[in-house]
Amino acid sequence: MQFMLLFSRQGKLRLQKWYVPLSDKERKKISRDLVQTILARKPKMCSFLEWRDLKIVYKRYASLYFCCAVEDQDNELITLEIIHRYVELLDKYFGSVCELDIIFNFEKAYFILDEFLLGGEAQETSKKNVLKAIEQADLLQEVHTHIFSTTLIFLKKKYNPGPL
Amino acid sequence: MSDVVEKTLTALPSLLSLDSQPGSAKLSSTSKLGNLIRGITELTSKHEEEKLIQRELTSIKDQVSSPNTSMRQMKELMVRAIYCEMLGYEASFSYIHAIKLAQQGSVLDKRVGYLAVSLFLNESHELLLLLVNTVLKDLQSTNLIEVCMALTVVSQMFPKDMIPAILPLVEDKLNHPKEIIRRKAVLALYKFYLIAPNQVQHIHNKFRKALCDKDPGVMTASLHIYLQLIKENSEGYKDLTASFVTILKQVVGGKLPMDFNYHSVPAPWLQIQLLRILSLLGKNDQSTSEIMYEVLDESLRRAEMNHNITYAILYECVKCIYTIQPKSELLEKAAKCIGNFVLSPKINLKYLGLKALTYVVQQDPKLALQHQMTIIECLDHPDLIIKRETLELLFRITNGQNVTVIVEKMLDFLRISKDDYTTIDLVGKVAELAEKYPFETMNTVFSLGGDMMQPDIPNSFLKLLSEGFDSDEEDRKLRLFAVDSYVSLLQSEPNKLPQRFLQVISWVLGEYSHLSAELEPATVMTLLSKLLDLKHTSSETKSWVLMAMTKLCEGGVAISVAQDIYETHSSSMDTVLRQRAQELQHLSQDSELYLMGGVDSSLSFLDGFVSEALAAGAAPYKPPHQRQEELAQAKALSLEPYSLSLPISMSSCSIADRQSPTLMSMSSGLSGDSTDLSHKGGSTTLKLDGVKRVWGREGYLAQREPVEETAQVEVPSPLRSPSQQAEADSTQSQTPTPTVTPELEQDKQQLASSLFVGLGSQSSVCLMGKSDPTPQRFRRKAQGRASSSGASEKTPTSLGSTPSPVDNLLCNSLLDSNLVSEPTNQTPQASQSLDTTNGNCHEELTDVKENNPSLIHNNEEPDKPKDLCLSSHLPTELSGLSHSEITPLCSNQSVNLSACHVQKEDSLQLVIFIFNSSDSALQQMQLQVDSGELKVNYCLSLITDSPVEEVRSHSVAVCHYSVTVKRPSVHVEVLGMLSYQLPGGTPQTIQFSHKLPLTTFIRPLTLSTEEYGSMWLAFSQDTKQNLTLINDDQDPLTTTLNVLKKKLQLHVVEIIGVEGIVACQLVQDQPCLMHCRVHAGTLAVWLRSPVPDLPDCLLYHCQRALQEH
Repeated sequence: MQFMLLFSRQGKLRLQKWYVPLSDKERKKISRDLVQTILARKPKMCSFLEWRDLKIVYKRYASLYFCCAVEDQDNELITLEIIHRYVELLDKYFGSVCELDIIFNFEKAYFILDEFLLGGEAQETSKKNVLKAIEQADLLQEVHTHIFSTTLIFLKKKYNPGPL
Repeated sequence: MSDVVEKTLTALPSLLSLDSQPGSAKLSSTSKLGNLIRGITELTSKHEEEKLIQRELTSIKDQVSSPNTSMRQMKELMVRAIYCEMLGYEASFSYIHAIKLAQQGSVLDKRVGYLAVSLFLNESHELLLLLVNTVLKDLQSTNLIEVCMALTVVSQMFPKDMIPAILPLVEDKLNHPKEIIRRKAVLALYKFYLIAPNQVQHIHNKFRKALCDKDPGVMTASLHIYLQLIKENSEGYKDLTASFVTILKQVVGGKLPMDFNYHSVPAPWLQIQLLRILSLLGKNDQSTSEIMYEVLDESLRRAEMNHNITYAILYECVKCIYTIQPKSELLEKAAKCIGNFVLSPKINLKYLGLKALTYVVQQDPKLALQHQMTIIECLDHPDLIIKRETLELLFRITNGQNVTVIVEKMLDFLRISKDDYTTIDLVGKVAELAEKYPFETMNTVFSLGGDMMQPDIPNSFLKLLSEGFDSDEEDRKLRLFAVDSYVSLLQSEPNKLPQRFLQVISWVLGEYSHLSAELEPATVMTLLSKLLDLKHTSSETKSWVLMAMTKLCEGGVAISVAQDIYETHSSSMDTVLRQRAQELQHLSQDSELYLMGGVDSSLSFLDGFVSEALAAGAAPYKPPHQRQEELAQAKALSLEPYSLSLPISMSSCSIADRQSPTLMSMSSGLSGDSTDLSHKGGSTTLKLDGVKRVWGREGYLAQREPVEETAQVEVPSPLRSPSQQAEADSTQSQTPTPTVTPELEQDKQQLASSLFVGLGSQSSVCLMGKSDPTPQRFRRKAQGRASSSGASEKTPTSLGSTPSPVDNLLCNSLLDSNLVSEPTNQTPQASQSLDTTNGNCHEELTDVKENNPSLIHNNEEPDKPKDLCLSSHLPTELSGLSHSEITPLCSNQSVNLSACHVQKEDSLQLVIFIFNSSDSALQQMQLQVDSGELKVNYCLSLITDSPVEEVRSHSVAVCHYSVTVKRPSVHVEVLGMLSYQLPGGTPQTIQFSHKLPLTTFIRPLTLSTEEYGSMWLAFSQDTKQNLTLINDDQDPLTTTLNVLKKKLQLHVVEIIGVEGIVACQLVQDQPCLMHCRVHAGTLAVWLRSPVPDLPDCLLYHCQRALQEH
């Protein structure tokens, strides 16, 4: 996969992930072009697009468009399912996800994406495993007291038997 | 470890102060980011947004550089900076702080820091170097999450040069107990492999270990590497085929944990990855393919559920089945699958079906036939992408019979397409087809593709037009059509045409408008001159236009137009234009100069001067490359390497040739519309190309073969009137009615029949990439040959017009044996047809014989009886052969000398008759024959028989010499002196000279076209000239070559269209090749030989022979 873009029906970019090195200018031009092209397409139309030498696979979920660029010989249908799986992951994580979740917590959306796709390739397709990894990282944040206490217990045991 | 404690402790306050709502983090609505986002949504104009963001960025900038900002605050600032960047505002000041955050922050902050880095920077950013130490540290961390973060960022971007620094650490991670770490490490190595394959060469065996990992995730990750490795070298991994097949079997069989299911399909991503690998491994490899048949069958069978994901797998399966060695059973199933795709009402599946069809149609064109009606419907699909893919499919099945319709469709698409990339691509494809199947729609291509198309497209179009095809008539028609259509285009609205097209138009009009009878040059001039006045005409185009005009300026109106133009442009700022205008003016004023036509690149008008100079002993001209060669040969040591120089210069010539039509007309503005185009472009290039193309086995010819098909084979929709078809199509596409009326249905049927014609029954019809192994041109030629020889069987008298190699071979063999006396003895074993040809040769030769006596009869009637009696004195070994007329050399009161020659295959036999007319015997007779004192060049090697010393009264002595040429000349002069003594008298001498035309030394050289081709390239001596064409026949080339063949004993190797190749040799293996081409009513010949002067001399005789005719 070359890149993934999330944008709203109004054409506002919500997420962008580039797996190929491109200059800032090129990125901007590409996203502007694609957003325009895709927004102009009618709902019943094909989810695939030819764009330059790339294949664009896109799908609309509520007010949000998910759009991936793959190479011509890649399988368009499986790319469509990658999008779907990502949406499923977001949904599971945020609990019936909506555009606002992604706007306000876009960094979380990135974390999930990074756990799912790495360097443009599907890294982990098991929903459970992806979320486990995310939650493990989040864990620090969520049950900090627990970590804190376990760390203390651990440290006490190992190095310093006296009170901290 | 105290480090960890410290960090945990410093992190504590921030952790504790956090809003601890798990997972669903709607918390940020109150944060600063939330404020920013809300602020933006409330704005109404772009301008306001800009102002707000600039304010935001300034505040972020202030805070990040403040020393009091905590890491936690920094994290928050980074998120806001990321957001601003996403909106399209640059926040480059924050990049360095993102790196700092990744370096110094706690685990949580680090995560945002790494994310910001991966979003802000790309692979080549210099700041990335600052990240290396952080990554190194985190890879060594005991905290799994830190290791994960480091591996994640490494697999996304890492400076190539720094890979060695972290490689050992990443390698270690392959043995990490946690599968998530192992998986990320594998993906990091995959990334390294992509950007620096050499760096990871040594760990290939570790990849194998990863492939065998007990965790399916790690194994799946390793497949990315294997796919890449196998793509590059499938041979090296054949041994893994069985393993991949086993894995796929297990996956398909549902042996993986349920976690990997996706909509109850087991690990579809893994399946697809494996199918891709298998197709690479099985390609062109029967035994490997056999291993996978079973699992492919299983995959097809299992993927039954009606869900996108199963279709994705099916699609990959189908592709794999068609890529590996075919198995009919599987192909059948795959074809059925494709059918389901194509017929599916779901548009995405339809698209994929078309894509699959496009992929497989090269192997199985019948599959397209099965779905023709669906394809027709897809052609009119409202979604352009479907249309586009259908066109792609049609492009692959284009053949000579359906090309018109298909290109019509492509052009329809071009008219509505607004995407530059598609236009360029499609125009390229149309042009490719047009070159294969040339026709008039090229015009539309030019006007639509416009200035966007690749510059070589108009070039090759012009080349095509100028070089023409087989038949002159076709060429003329095509060119005339081009002229007519361009004139009407210029008459309507020239200002809308793209520059490139205008250039093409100008060239064609300049070159070919004379073909149109009703078109006055002045009219064309006026039309062209209007182009010059158009505002948007570029100066390059103007110069094309002016050049076209220089070719046309003739007659009253034209001159005045030229005058006008000269006045406007003689003061132009553009020097090129100024020069062209000057040229135009001069040519239009000076009609003599104009009528001189083009530049005679062979400089034939100097021939007289040259031969005079040569006769006076001047050294013949040598082209530079030959001079160099000879120089090299003089130095014995360097002979080998320098001898290479010739082919090299040849190849460079042919490269230049590729662009010839345009370059040519740009460079030779004065050349006018006359003469041979190929002569204009500089000496060697075009013709050489011609040779290669016409006679090479896999040269241009094979590709152009379909050209003929369009021209010769009957096309369902007539070639020159595609408009009807187009009308039908356009009405159809413009009015898509939901209920298909029977009429429309009929239209579609008709379209289908025109699209898929020639696909089913004869699958060998030129499908893309599977061109016919035997070029049709040769086949056709062979048929022609057969028919001509057939005709000759019936009417032997007509044979003169069509030579066939068979005839020639026979003639050759006849030469050295007794022809005149006992012709029937030659071929007692010959079949009937050979007999007939034999008869013809005989006829020809008796013809010669008849001529000779009559000549003698006219000139020297009294000698006739003497001639007859002299010929009886021919040496016995020559007596059976035909001899030339016996010409008197000289005589005095006592001796009469006469000579004749006999052509043998390997030599010329010169016979000198010494007739003693006196009453007493000649004694001490000595005959010296020499090639002359002065002309040392022309010396002959003479092998004298035992000298005759005495001739009795009124008797004849015969001297017989075998003569071969050392150095060719137009006439080889033999000087002789006879000294004798009459009884009792003083010694006397009598001198004579005898001229032998070079033709007497020419023998046919029988060789194949291929041999000809290779010899051609090896010869350095060349000469070119235009000869008169004998135009009294349907086929002037054949007639002309036959005359040459008859008179000069040349061997006609092959005649292809307007070109013919002829070969001959000077006795004793000194070959000369001749390439003839009919152009503009003359025969452009190009001779080549290894022997200096031979081409020139032969050319002289060709001229003579044709003049005499």
